[in-house]
Amino acid sequence: MTSPRSTPLRERHEALGASFTDFGGWEMPVRYTSDLAEHHAVRTAAGLFDISHMAEFIVEGPDAGAFLDYALAGRLSTLALGKAKYSLVLAESGGILDDVIVYRLDEGWYLVIANAGNREPVAAALAERAQAFAGSVAVEDASDSFALLAVQGPLARSVVEATAGIEGWESPLADLPYYAAVRATFEGEPLLVARTGYTGEDGFELLVPAAAAVALWDALRAAGADRGLVPAGLASRDTLRLEAGMPLYGHELSLDVRPAQAGLGRVVAAGKESFVGQSGLAAPLPEDAPVLVGLVSEGRRAGRAGYPVRSADAVVGEVTSGALSPTLGHPIAMAYVAPGLSAPGTELTIDVRGTAIPATVTALPFYRRTT
Amino acid sequence: MTDLTALKYTAEHEWVAVDGDVATVGITDYAADKLGDVVYVDLPAVGTNVTADAVCGEIESTKSVGELYAPLSGEVVEINDAAVDDPSLVNAEPYEAGWLIKVRVDAAAVDALLDRAAYVALTGGDQ
Repeated sequence: MTSPRSTPLRERHEALGASFTDFGGWEMPVRYTSDLAEHHAVRTAAGLFDISHMAEFIVEGPDAGAFLDYALAGRLSTLALGKAKYSLVLAESGGILDDVIVYRLDEGWYLVIANAGNREPVAAALAERAQAFAGSVAVEDASDSFALLAVQGPLARSVVEATAGIEGWESPLADLPYYAAVRATFEGEPLLVARTGYTGEDGFELLVPAAAAVALWDALRAAGADRGLVPAGLASRDTLRLEAGMPLYGHELSLDVRPAQAGLGRVVAAGKESFVGQSGLAAPLPEDAPVLVGLVSEGRRAGRAGYPVRSADAVVGEVTSGALSPTLGHPIAMAYVAPGLSAPGTELTIDVRGTAIPATVTALPFYRRTT
Repeated sequence: MTDLTALKYTAEHEWVAVDGDVATVGITDYAADKLGDVVYVDLPAVGTNVTADAVCGEIESTKSVGELYAPLSGEVVEINDAAVDDPSLVNAEPYEAGWLIKVRVDAAAVDALLDRAAYVALTGGDQ
């Protein structure tokens, strides 16, 4: 075991009194004060997350698009400049090695953002898959060079626009569509601002050189001080993404899960000539393969990852994530269940440490922002 | 404010205040901080008997589930309905309004519990 790593913002988190947790090999802030308060701040104002633990890969070269079409599940060669796309790194079996966001910033220049805990397997997969494109594609693991901050919430745009030191916008932030990115500078350093996130709110992810992370954090906090911006930890990030029905690798996604089971069949591009995972996905999905559903309950007792899901007395599935939803006020969970029991409205139970809690299958997401 | 040095403690992060033969039990601020925001409290019914060191209830936060251990054996004579209705009391006032159960105990058994210094040492002095 190697000891957990810390981001460039470690001292800032400590000064704020954060509690830390080990996440994907990184010691990350789990909460600063109250995870409920941080959750509500993101839903009603704005939250600031340090997500510098995430991995960044730069894919460069004349065949970068063709390479990503081969290495990932989606079709990235046709991605418009300045746009982002959610994609998957598949194993040859068709199972999921990681979920990633891909940005295309130039003809032959892509950025791939992967989960912290999957940095090494993704690095190995990309390097191996690039061998067939030797000389026309270079893959660089640039994770240690960058810090990534997320500003999420209805006031996120006004916070970023008011942040001192951010200049040189390629185009106004107000015009930036969801899943698109724009270049700017922060105190002279290159800055990439993407309208992406993991909370179900409007928001931005800001990529800067690691050495500029502390100054950017401070500048964002200063701009957000009178806009209700609070530092937010991984505990609130998890309840926010769960309400938004977004999968978390290791919970909803794994090597044992094919994209269609997770409701991500659309991420696999149809009609691609050749890609890793193609042969595995060519075999039909077994008819009894469990599928991901949302479950809602009444009361306050939530199902948690690993708890059995039952229909009558038979175990028909397992919870992958669950919590008492801070926004909705009732328990929510994602679970894999038998496909015949996945229709919205199906009545099941979750075994919450010996007590059968009624749970109704519901369409994801649980929460959708209204503005 | 409660005089924390007047309380007894367990290695499972409960505190105990003894008045005659009735012990009031809650969880420590250390435990409440580690759990995060408490959103659900499940307590034994009044009149049931709890056994020292055995699980007698549950405390759930948004992120995790903690078990409530009975620090001492005895009959539950009262539970804190206010904390059941508003579990955030466990975070806000763990030693006062966030108490959990009252148990009729053998007062002699109290001596075996930890004192404040021993409990603070147990939690690495992180108090």
